[in-house]
Amino acid sequence: MDILANLAIGFGVALSPYTLFLAICGCFLGTIIGALPGLGPSNGVAILIPITFTLGLDATSALVLMTSVYYGAMYGGRISSILLNIPGDEPALMTTLDGYPMAKQGRAGDALVLSGVASFVGALLATIGLMLLAPTLARVAFYFGPAEYFALYLLAFCTLGGMASNNQAKAALAACIGLGIAMIGVDSSSGLPRLTGGNLHLFDGIDFLVAIVGLFAIAEVFFFIESHGKGSSIGVKLEKVTIPWKDIMATKWTMLRASGVGFIAGILPGAGASLGSFLAYMTEKSVAGPNGGFGTGAPKGIAAPEAGNNAAAGGALVPMLTLGVPGSGTTAVLLALLMTLNITPGPTLFTERADVVWGLIASLLIANVVLLLMNVPMVKIFVKILMVPAWVLLPGVTMISFVGIYSLSGSYFDLLLMIGFGILGYFLRKLDVPTVPVILGILLGGNMEDALRRAMTLSDGDPMYLFSSPIAIGFWVAAIAGFVAPMFLRGILKKPEAHED
Amino acid sequence: MTKRFFKALATSAVLSVGIAGGATAAECIAPANPGGGWDFTCRQIGKILFDIGAVDKPVQVTNMPGAGGGLAYGNVVNERGSDEDLIVAASSATTTRLAQNAYAGMTADQVRFVGAIGADPGVIVVAADSDYQTLGDLVEAIKADPGSVAFAGGSAVGGFDHLKPLMILKEGGFTDITKVKYIGVDGGADAITQTVGGFTQAMTGDMSEVVSFLSNGDIRVIAVLTDERVPGFDDIPTAKEQGYDVVAVNWRGLYVPKDISDAKFDEWAGKLQQVADSPEWAQAMKDNGLAPFTKVGGDFQAYVDGLVADIATMSKELGVTQ
Repeated sequence: MDILANLAIGFGVALSPYTLFLAICGCFLGTIIGALPGLGPSNGVAILIPITFTLGLDATSALVLMTSVYYGAMYGGRISSILLNIPGDEPALMTTLDGYPMAKQGRAGDALVLSGVASFVGALLATIGLMLLAPTLARVAFYFGPAEYFALYLLAFCTLGGMASNNQAKAALAACIGLGIAMIGVDSSSGLPRLTGGNLHLFDGIDFLVAIVGLFAIAEVFFFIESHGKGSSIGVKLEKVTIPWKDIMATKWTMLRASGVGFIAGILPGAGASLGSFLAYMTEKSVAGPNGGFGTGAPKGIAAPEAGNNAAAGGALVPMLTLGVPGSGTTAVLLALLMTLNITPGPTLFTERADVVWGLIASLLIANVVLLLMNVPMVKIFVKILMVPAWVLLPGVTMISFVGIYSLSGSYFDLLLMIGFGILGYFLRKLDVPTVPVILGILLGGNMEDALRRAMTLSDGDPMYLFSSPIAIGFWVAAIAGFVAPMFLRGILKKPEAHED
Repeated sequence: MTKRFFKALATSAVLSVGIAGGATAAECIAPANPGGGWDFTCRQIGKILFDIGAVDKPVQVTNMPGAGGGLAYGNVVNERGSDEDLIVAASSATTTRLAQNAYAGMTADQVRFVGAIGADPGVIVVAADSDYQTLGDLVEAIKADPGSVAFAGGSAVGGFDHLKPLMILKEGGFTDITKVKYIGVDGGADAITQTVGGFTQAMTGDMSEVVSFLSNGDIRVIAVLTDERVPGFDDIPTAKEQGYDVVAVNWRGLYVPKDISDAKFDEWAGKLQQVADSPEWAQAMKDNGLAPFTKVGGDFQAYVDGLVADIATMSKELGVTQ
């Protein structure tokens, strides 16, 4: 009953008209930020932090505003994934796989509503999970050492092969390109720069957002130029938005499972929403089997990553609030906000600042309802922002990409790098090599290497250390199964036509 | 209030397309992503500067991550050498990297260090259930078997967190420092997680990184690396009183471009002193586990010069200079 009493305190704080107004503004801004390619939740929240100072907001109001933006961006990311095939932010990457094909079949409205509902379910369950389990689940982080993390990343890579492409070799090649790119930068164990050519801008490696915007948005522009403005692949029509009850009912178990997977992925420090949506998608894909039609516009392929990434967004708050360890880039930014507001997250936060924590949880629940209302009946408003002719939209996308990337580090070098990735993306698509594994390679490669190097330092180079715990062994078994199984299945079952775009 | 909100909204809309604020507002560069110590320095000092009226517009914080602060350093040295409205967050990590030549040849005399107004004392931490009760236990264990203790810290190999245990071991008469196991993880909290989880035996970091873990009984701080015990943490013994004369604090301060006028340099130094004297800063230090450490203007520049020389010598002795 403690929870209900605490929640009552929380709603008492969060339900004032002013806080409610802040939540609505935050949701609206967040959805737009999420929908615009290049601007993701982490830089969105970072950019909006000055508001809290200008307004002189107290801790709870500031948190309400920023978490609404955070959840809003997680919702918004799907809009451009579905309509443009450009993920609005990193976790929305997986939504492109089925969302865009479905939109091309003329079911853009259904895809948007379905993904909105999936987002709601994911975020709602994650918020409830955060509420019930935060103090206990925070301890999970203590069971993850270098060996466990390495095995976890390995699992992600081993299941990469069968995704996004019919050709496992090409997917593996793409993953290797990504891993190679992830090698660039200062080697964390020796402090020596690798493959940087002495350029300071490369010392921290390649920023994930630079790569994703280059490979997706800029490559798209090149394709548009090549086609002389005719028959661009974007500009999916959105006619009437109705609620696809059938799809929603058909995907209810998918949403529940994906929420669970996403929530757990979110709790793991450093894994975050991207891994959440990825694992949720892969889980559902294997549950559905080869006849599930994943990659061709399957409703489950939309519901899974959206429920997964929104659940992960909630999950990522658990280690941030209870341990002060951010579970994702955005929660790192929120952590910064908390510290500036003189709130030190950590194991004592729940007892010492109960008003803040429960006010935050209540506002998450409120934001979630606001977002569902905003994103289902009013989705057309956001779509209007993106539903402009290609010849207007693409220069706009280019401009936002440039501005968004420039705002990351304030350096022109990232812009050049982004164009470089655009060219790479163009050629990869010409060669029918999927770009998603490249992105995941860049995203996970560095972490995976760090985990391996740390494991080797701790064990004096003994490889058996990698199999030293039941958790690690479990991941290894799953990884090997995930890599080998598709090869056999492919021989037995005809693989569905994968959608390449 | 609502009107102000829309104004702020409009401002942020401008900001959100990436254009930094007005030309006359002071800018503070945090050479790292939001969330770290440098970001804290900029945001907290910037906020107090405005709150106490030392500046008439809110200080605009720019995050410029890259190369462990090297990118921002290069930017200030090469492109903004005479910008009088620019302050940049710095800490011991800045001087450590400069001393170890980790900023691609740039040196400490290419900017002016204007002041530090707080310091984060270095700490050595073990899990609550660890057998090591004192710093002595830990040092003796490493002397007996260097492989038996692994340290986790928030800085990369060769960074300040790595140097702390090496300095202690050197003081304790252990010289084979390449045998000491150290893993650099993503920040102090992560290092504590690894230590509490039993993957490493000790954590080396700053006081602010361990404050929130102290009260729930997961960890035990076996030494703080200051001259005297830190106010508010009076039960934590110093390394010095345990017989290891090592003082290592992570100061929080600012540098400014080299070519600004002396008058402007002194003005910034004065403003920083004002922040240091404010009750707001006293509270911020208390909340974040910082100990008072105020050196501004010429004093601080001299301190930094000495520090850079010391660390350069030490890094060579310890064999961690690139």
